[in-house]
Amino acid sequence: MQHNVNWLQALLVLSLSVTLGWTVEVQRPRGVPLTKRQFYDEAKPFTCLDGSRTIPFDRVNDDYCDCKDGSDEPGTAACPNGSFHCTNAGYRPTFIPSSRINDGICDCCDGTDEYNSGASCQNTCKELGRKEREALQKLAEITKEGFLLKQQLIEEAKKGQQEKQSRLSELQDSRKGHEDKVEALRTVKETAEQPEKEAKERHLKAWEEHKAALRLEKEKAKMAEVFLELDDNADGFVDVSELQTHQELDPDGDGTLTDTEAQGLLGGAHKVDSTEFMNMWSNMKEKYVSEVCPPTPSSYDSSHDEQKDSTSDKDQERDLDKDPDSVYPEDDLDEDAAGEDDEDDDDDDDHQVSLLFCIATPFIQPHHIFLSQQYICVCVYQRQYKIFMYTLSTVSSVCERERWCLLCNAALLPFSFRALEKEISFDFGPSSEFAYLYSQCYELTTNEYIYRLCPFNRVSQKPKYGGSETSLGSWGSWSGPEDNKYSVMKYEHGMGCWQGPNRSTTVKLTCGKETAVVSTSEPSRCEYLMEFTTPAVCLEPPNIDTQVHDEF
Amino acid sequence: MGFIRILIELSLICMNPPRMSCLLAVWLAVVLSGIQAVDRSNFKTCIQSSFCKRMRDVVPGHSPYRALLETLELSNTRLTLQLINDNNKVRLLLELYRLQGNMTRLKINELKPLRPRFEVPDVLIADPPTEPLSLVSQDEGGVVLSLGADARHLVVSARPFRLDIVEGPHVLLSVNSRGLLAFEHQRPRKDTSSENDSEEVEAEEDAEDQNYEKEEDQADMWEETFKSHTDSKPNGPTAISMDFSLPGVEHVYGIPEHAENLRLKTTDGHDPYRLYNLDVFQYELYNPMALYGSVPVLLSHSTQRTMGIFWLNAAETWVDISSKAAENTDSVQAPSKVAQTDVRWISESGIIDVFIMLGPKPTDVFAQYASLTGTQSFPPLFALGYHQCRWNYKDQEDVRSVDQGFDDHDIPYDFIWLDIEHADGKRYFTWDPAHFSQPREMLQGLVDKRRKMVAIVDPHIKVDSGYRVHKEIRSKNLYVKNKDGGDYEGWCWPGTSGYPDFTNPEMRSWWASMFAYDQYEGSMENLYIWNDMNEPSVFNGPEVTMHKDALHGSWEHRDIHNLYGLYVQMATADGLIQRSGGVERPFVLARAFFAGSQRYGAVWTGDNAAEWSHLKISIPMCLSLGLVGISFCGADVGGFFKSPSSELLVRWYQTGAYQPFFRAHAHLDTPRREPWLFGPENTALIREAVRQRYALLPYWYLLFYKAHGTGQPVMRPLWVEYPEDVTTFTIDDEYLLGRDLLVHPVTDEGSKEVTVYLPGTGGVWYDAFTFQRHEGGQNLYVPVTMSSIPVFQRGGSIIPRKNRIRRSSSCMEKDPYTLYVALSPQGTAEGELYIDDGHTFNYEQKKQFVHRRFIFADSTLSSSNISPDSQFSTASWVERVLILGAHKPSSVTLKTSGGSVASLEFDFDEATSVLTVHKPGVNAGADWTLLFQW
Repeated sequence: MQHNVNWLQALLVLSLSVTLGWTVEVQRPRGVPLTKRQFYDEAKPFTCLDGSRTIPFDRVNDDYCDCKDGSDEPGTAACPNGSFHCTNAGYRPTFIPSSRINDGICDCCDGTDEYNSGASCQNTCKELGRKEREALQKLAEITKEGFLLKQQLIEEAKKGQQEKQSRLSELQDSRKGHEDKVEALRTVKETAEQPEKEAKERHLKAWEEHKAALRLEKEKAKMAEVFLELDDNADGFVDVSELQTHQELDPDGDGTLTDTEAQGLLGGAHKVDSTEFMNMWSNMKEKYVSEVCPPTPSSYDSSHDEQKDSTSDKDQERDLDKDPDSVYPEDDLDEDAAGEDDEDDDDDDDHQVSLLFCIATPFIQPHHIFLSQQYICVCVYQRQYKIFMYTLSTVSSVCERERWCLLCNAALLPFSFRALEKEISFDFGPSSEFAYLYSQCYELTTNEYIYRLCPFNRVSQKPKYGGSETSLGSWGSWSGPEDNKYSVMKYEHGMGCWQGPNRSTTVKLTCGKETAVVSTSEPSRCEYLMEFTTPAVCLEPPNIDTQVHDEF
Repeated sequence: MGFIRILIELSLICMNPPRMSCLLAVWLAVVLSGIQAVDRSNFKTCIQSSFCKRMRDVVPGHSPYRALLETLELSNTRLTLQLINDNNKVRLLLELYRLQGNMTRLKINELKPLRPRFEVPDVLIADPPTEPLSLVSQDEGGVVLSLGADARHLVVSARPFRLDIVEGPHVLLSVNSRGLLAFEHQRPRKDTSSENDSEEVEAEEDAEDQNYEKEEDQADMWEETFKSHTDSKPNGPTAISMDFSLPGVEHVYGIPEHAENLRLKTTDGHDPYRLYNLDVFQYELYNPMALYGSVPVLLSHSTQRTMGIFWLNAAETWVDISSKAAENTDSVQAPSKVAQTDVRWISESGIIDVFIMLGPKPTDVFAQYASLTGTQSFPPLFALGYHQCRWNYKDQEDVRSVDQGFDDHDIPYDFIWLDIEHADGKRYFTWDPAHFSQPREMLQGLVDKRRKMVAIVDPHIKVDSGYRVHKEIRSKNLYVKNKDGGDYEGWCWPGTSGYPDFTNPEMRSWWASMFAYDQYEGSMENLYIWNDMNEPSVFNGPEVTMHKDALHGSWEHRDIHNLYGLYVQMATADGLIQRSGGVERPFVLARAFFAGSQRYGAVWTGDNAAEWSHLKISIPMCLSLGLVGISFCGADVGGFFKSPSSELLVRWYQTGAYQPFFRAHAHLDTPRREPWLFGPENTALIREAVRQRYALLPYWYLLFYKAHGTGQPVMRPLWVEYPEDVTTFTIDDEYLLGRDLLVHPVTDEGSKEVTVYLPGTGGVWYDAFTFQRHEGGQNLYVPVTMSSIPVFQRGGSIIPRKNRIRRSSSCMEKDPYTLYVALSPQGTAEGELYIDDGHTFNYEQKKQFVHRRFIFADSTLSSSNISPDSQFSTASWVERVLILGAHKPSSVTLKTSGGSVASLEFDFDEATSVLTVHKPGVNAGADWTLLFQW
């Protein structure tokens, strides 16, 4: 009868890894680990390991459960709570629940759990061991290299931290300067406004004249501002070196504005004052890019990331892609624009909508929306924004990008100030090793979606073939286990789910040479899981020589 | 999966470029999602279904029908008799049959119908064998026919027409006693019929009856509109109605499927119970609205007698129930008031074809009904294990990791299920190329774990010229047709879909052939099938189903509606049998069903919700199905819609473990709820519930074997076993499994106790886990904790269990049995054990099975063979015997058939009076005896 397992049969001679050329022969009942061998002495009655009972030894592994703790049946499935020890020579030894003995499924890699089920199990321990060793080897290499990279990251983070600190104090200093500039601007604005109003009130025919005057006025104002901007040391002169901060002025387009070229632009002089500069300005104004408002905004400072940014961040991109001039709030003086808008202009400007966009600092993306008879200037910094409203007449005469930006910038100065403070205050890890992730975004494209992780900011998902972006959560906190807090990031309060929770994302960080999102999944409805590799979590590799395979 | 119509529409809208419409749709979806209960306005009330209104308007007591006794013809097998409607002189033909097994069949059709009327095929397993009817007496008032023994007679009264079945002095049942028989004869349409046609017909009619009154056409007779849907009704009014009176009856049951108590309520003053297979989104409880399936069988029960009425009609049907205290005039005794229940059936088309099952015991009624429509199919053993389902396991990796999760948490399961997302664009019989690119690899992974999979194959077929299934059905011209003769198209999961005409045998045979391994690519032996949406569900159809004027060959959908789902499951089950060359038993789950569906597999109670009330209703819903032959019933564990609390989920597992079909299922939009996601404590509770199920699989298997053999329900109301105990007649929060296990699941939140009614005065019950003994015939107060599942074993029974719980039922095949012998107060017990290979038809075709009877009496427990001509060798043996309610013996001796005698070790627990006999070690198929010396 199959059930009548002879205990003698059950006493296995475990001949381990004979093929490997080393043998360990230990007599013990089936399913007993070496460490517990001493409790199973066939010469003595067996006492259940919980001490509850003593039975004749021939009732060990007799396929009937006598001990409450299952210890009399280590090699059969008789006890509901028993466990069977797989020796697994060549791999890791393990325990399996007794219920998996002779159930027709190979659980131990050495196949010892299926001794009477008819299942034919291959011994796969050697193969598994080899694979595991290889995997560990690979992991060790990654860890080693990753850890080196981490050291660099820590170094950079230190530097970055210092820079930020100094920028913070600079910002504090420049606050005053900004305020002055804003004041100056206001004056310009007022002077510009006044003639316009008068012109409108006085006579329509005088309008054309006035426009020319205003253009000149504007030109002058702009030039004056540029001068101010260029005059870095505020000595009342723009010199060659100051001009060289504007490589875009390079006349031969080789990307470098040499001393000679700069001198050329300044009419051969080494430096010029504001009056002289006025004469030179016409040579430069086509190319000149304001320091305050670069016309082609590079979002963040991730020039290397531009490709990704432009494909993923469509909303932003749509705005950026347009000719900056066309999205400019059109000056009333601009005849072309006026012509185009004839239809709308018949009655008023009710439905005229236009978008203005500029970047004042790498962190700030103000959007200006021209709406109805009022201009709404939206200055956006990350997810915070401030809205300014100006009447049409005000704007019509004074709105120029630089000024707007200056206004915005001034308005946002507290934001950028706070942003910097915030950045400095972020928990970038014990050695700020995660600081490099700040303001970066990483993407992973799957069959259907593009997933985007912007560490310390947000996670989102966007259908690959069009459709709107879905927020999978905003930065919440580090939420690894207590002893490994920096292994998991949590992003929360994403878009709500139908009949469900708000979306959220758990990002698991693992050591890797590359910084990349390697997988995404949705283990539970609207709860996303991202795996993210970064050198920043690579631990100092242990002595490579100590391998896990020490048992055999 | 009823709902989500909205989402479908949404995705259709979102495919179009304008973004705003998509946003609007999203907004709508969000707003609509706030509506939680069924939208009643989507479904008709009786008044909105014109025939129901017309029939219900018939006033009792003025029957125009008269039996023309001179037309009576009595042959050996049947009696025929014409009836005439004195109002319009239209004649009907009545046929009466006395059927073997104490049943009477009654058929009424038009004597000369304009067109043949639909008679339901394929539901009866055979022409019911008849017995001779003999004339006892006849006069101008009527005739009396003998129904055999017990002075049972069938009395036919002529004016008005009425039938009474009497036994001695007692009227058991009367037909048309209230005069509600109504039969709308077919008539030419007045406004459109050609002159010639109508003249001919009228001439014919005139010749017969000179003075009949012309009936006026009523509104909605030739066309009716519900919401935006118009039913063209080319055949005009064809409804039928009939009333039945049940004197002495206060309790009636059956006519599933309704989310209703076990005992049916009277329908006076509100809608009748409706039978019309519908995909109802978020159904409401305790009301007579139609649900997914229909079985037009009503059972009546009193302490005296159990009877059944089987109204064989597949059209939309309504059932009115009323009760009253009737004047008892039929007895020789002085008139007295007795209760009476009246039942009125109304159907939209077809004929009147009624089987009156006369019992008298509940078991007799089950056997009678089984003799007509067959018994529960005998499922493969593993189908009785636990099923893990969700809409949807996303991909192969998901399947793998859930499978692994069960091993990691040591919870057994047999089936993992794939819902509609697994197919490529909801093209059934295919696999999503991105997520299920290697189905065989996935299935092999499950084979390696001795587990199975179920994939969904719904009966709506995506209209897509590149989809083979569609192309073939279209080219073979096997789709249901619309009223104009083109292929009927409706919306369902895949978008525009065609509906195969499963009423056509050619269609069914082709469908069955699709399950062949070389046709259904990626399928393997361990892949089984789920037919959802087989009402059929048509998202944009009237009441979310097919237009009644759609055509199945020459029959309207109106005629066959409730039968469609049965055919789908039938064809699928046939396919699974055929793919194995007739060897393997199929497993097919369906949502829609009809009388006879029990022959094809399992059903479930559709799209319920994660609410305590839905947990509670699962009991009467499955009990009602069991009463009408469908034993393999379950409810989605955890609730389909919404998300259960961990307490509800645990309680649902505990309940589901003791219901026949045990499957967890969840809506796509609910958070994941695999058993280990609710913390270690809840995981342990769920594990324990599932393990109890697996331990009792031998008992479940036996019950299904017997249900298959005899038609007795697996899950039974208490009154079935205690027919004279009036207390049991309304109990539906507890039930019996077979005769021997009584289950009272905890279905209230925060329960600290339940009150269990233990029937059977003079008997005893044992707590199935603590073995504590309780007297029968009492309300027992049982304190409960989260781990409690109040289950009791009847004193006098022997139940085999397998206590070595493994990964799946297949893994437990060779494991030994423990016998739980629960002694009656007389010190006796009896039980059975059934074993076969668990999955083939060899038990039937080759008699390869073990069927043992265990008897404990006179201090002896013996195992004997019930079926000596069977043959099967099992590896299983008897590991342990527990005697509940025992004394301490001085010795226990085992005698085997070989003559060997051995003394066995035993333990006796004084506290619980449980005697445990160690390791008899005998083979489970062998004869043996245990002798106890006290």
